[in-house]
Amino acid sequence: MNIRAQVSSVFHLDKCIGCHTCSIACKNLWTDRKGVEYMWWNNVETKPGTGYPTQWENQEKYRGGWEKKGDRLQLRLGGRGGLLGNIFHNPRLPTMDDYYEPFTYRYGELTSAPAGNDQPTARPVSMISGRPMKIEAGPNWDDDLSGSGIYAANDPGVLQLSREQRAQMFAVERLVMLYLPRICNHCLNAACLAGCPSGAIYKRGEDGIVLINQDKCRGWRMCVSACPYKKTYYGWATGKSEKCVLCYPRLEVGEAPACFHSCVGRIRYLGVLLYDADRIEAAAMQDDKDLVAAQRQIILDPFDPQVLAAAGKAGIAEQVLEAAQRSPVYLFVKKWQIALPLHPEFRTLPMLFYVPPLLPVVSEEHLGTQRLVDDYFTTLENARLPLQYLAGLFTGGNTEEIKAVYRKLMAVRIQRRRITVGDLSESEVAKARELGEVSAEQIEAIFRMTALTSIRQRIVVPPMLREQAIEAGMDPERHKQEMGFGSRRSPKRRW
Amino acid sequence: MTDLILFGVFPYIAVTLAGFGGIYRYASDRYSLSSQSSQFLESRMLFWGTVPWHFTIILILLAHLLALLFPTAWGTLLGRPLRLYLLEISGVSLGLVAVVSMLVLIVRRAINQRITTVTTVIDWVLLAALLLQVATGVYIAVTLRWGSLWYLHTATPWLWSLVKLDPQVSYMAVMPAVVKVHAVNAFFLLALLPFSRLIHMISVPLAYMGRSPQVVVWYRR
Repeated sequence: MNIRAQVSSVFHLDKCIGCHTCSIACKNLWTDRKGVEYMWWNNVETKPGTGYPTQWENQEKYRGGWEKKGDRLQLRLGGRGGLLGNIFHNPRLPTMDDYYEPFTYRYGELTSAPAGNDQPTARPVSMISGRPMKIEAGPNWDDDLSGSGIYAANDPGVLQLSREQRAQMFAVERLVMLYLPRICNHCLNAACLAGCPSGAIYKRGEDGIVLINQDKCRGWRMCVSACPYKKTYYGWATGKSEKCVLCYPRLEVGEAPACFHSCVGRIRYLGVLLYDADRIEAAAMQDDKDLVAAQRQIILDPFDPQVLAAAGKAGIAEQVLEAAQRSPVYLFVKKWQIALPLHPEFRTLPMLFYVPPLLPVVSEEHLGTQRLVDDYFTTLENARLPLQYLAGLFTGGNTEEIKAVYRKLMAVRIQRRRITVGDLSESEVAKARELGEVSAEQIEAIFRMTALTSIRQRIVVPPMLREQAIEAGMDPERHKQEMGFGSRRSPKRRW
Repeated sequence: MTDLILFGVFPYIAVTLAGFGGIYRYASDRYSLSSQSSQFLESRMLFWGTVPWHFTIILILLAHLLALLFPTAWGTLLGRPLRLYLLEISGVSLGLVAVVSMLVLIVRRAINQRITTVTTVIDWVLLAALLLQVATGVYIAVTLRWGSLWYLHTATPWLWSLVKLDPQVSYMAVMPAVVKVHAVNAFFLLALLPFSRLIHMISVPLAYMGRSPQVVVWYRR
């Protein structure tokens, strides 16, 4: 057993209102610079939709993530030799047109235009070349299903459905959508890391954050192709790849990452998970449908004395273990088992989990006439949002896994409905609990964690113990005088 | 006098610039130690330029280097007419591919608005020097035939005399002008190495072949 700690997160999709506040907080903090205008380390997609960059889930096109080759895993990009053979030109690299060309407007023309018969207009100009351009795409171009005939219809998850299911999904007055906020998953088996020829990408041992060393990065862009989530980006002005850093400078002083802190719907949970690093590869080798269970299995119980002893031996600090015991992520992922990884079939073992949204599933029926618990569950199969689609997103196609989650989530609803509305009988509630395999106390706990928590319970930042790291290398007093705002050197190329 | 400066002095200046400039850049600005890729802004045309360019130029450079380092073996290898023909033909065709792909790269930089914004003056100097180098190379190969053999009796001894710090300028002084240009421009490119994107030649990711697929870094271990 080789225990490591990972700062992980849960996004509760039922609570996401798609306001993009997270994206803006991140943009202001990290990607408001030349060359990275198009980057959204945090973005919110409307599903069904093609996403950002367009069709990022289509690995036939981008070859991201891992695939099984006999008894071992190999990057879908190819073996190491093949990957280096493509070093002069990366055939699977998304180009700027797969994202969008960043633009601004010549606002000055509104006031400086000579007097005339026409209303002056601010012409759109490219933020790359500075020349006038025609805007054909932009951030969240397909927000709220706009252009669904093109965008939602070409969602790789929709394309894998049967014709009937697609017709069912796109029928008038039946079309549903969900918001999918995405940041870097800080994977256990990161494909970006495995694909980096210069070895610039690394996972921090203490907290599992995946970072790119900007001095080592040579801009070969293999990480951009290898990441199946397209969460590493190429900075065209600096010639370096960049990605979400999980706001580690904020975490190190005990603050929540900017996107978590600013989340209006309070959908974001953060906490430490303990896992067995020796079993990463075995877990990533499972069949598609068993990947979720396998990943859950290598996450360890922070209350188990054996685990605690082994973690202590592995050098995980007492305070971190204590934080792991308070981790809301552990509750959602392992104890309640209602949070699932996004696209586990990419085999990177992503450590960001999603509670799937309930709303589109139950809203199909008229709640007034839907009384019996049985009816709630029979609607699962012919719900407006096909289970197959959700299974494609969160369980590698395993519908049983996603059904189990929905049975629990519905049991929570039904029990709370009995308490707050009072129109359901106790026997109905008991039956819902039985079907969902969840106890009355657990339901209350899920309800409280979902709806009534403070930020201290939702976001449990472990002590990052930077002081220990500093002491190991230099006198803290001296360190204090040398640190501060600013960067050692501005990220500019002088040659 | 000109010959002495061009073939007896300038090579040393170029090597010094490349050496010290390279060390300085490696030590002080490792951040920029690469060729700033523009594939993200334009991919298709780049493919037809960069891929043939790199593979041909590496082979051509290798041939120049082998003839310099192992002149006797090289001479024996080309001792038979058939082998000589084969090498000359492949040399000329590789050179032609290199010229065409360099033209593709130059045109791409000139016409694509996105690419021009990430192009610097030194990039243009470099591209022009590279085009001059491959163009003169092909011209020499076609007009002054069997260069792969006479190289052994002109360039090789001249370069070795430079290495031995006893420059024998006479080897080059008698050469046609185009060969002189080719030789001087080669050292100009060397001098340009640390001051342009050509520096990316020194970073070859061979360690990738052997490293573990996952890298975990601890700050307390």
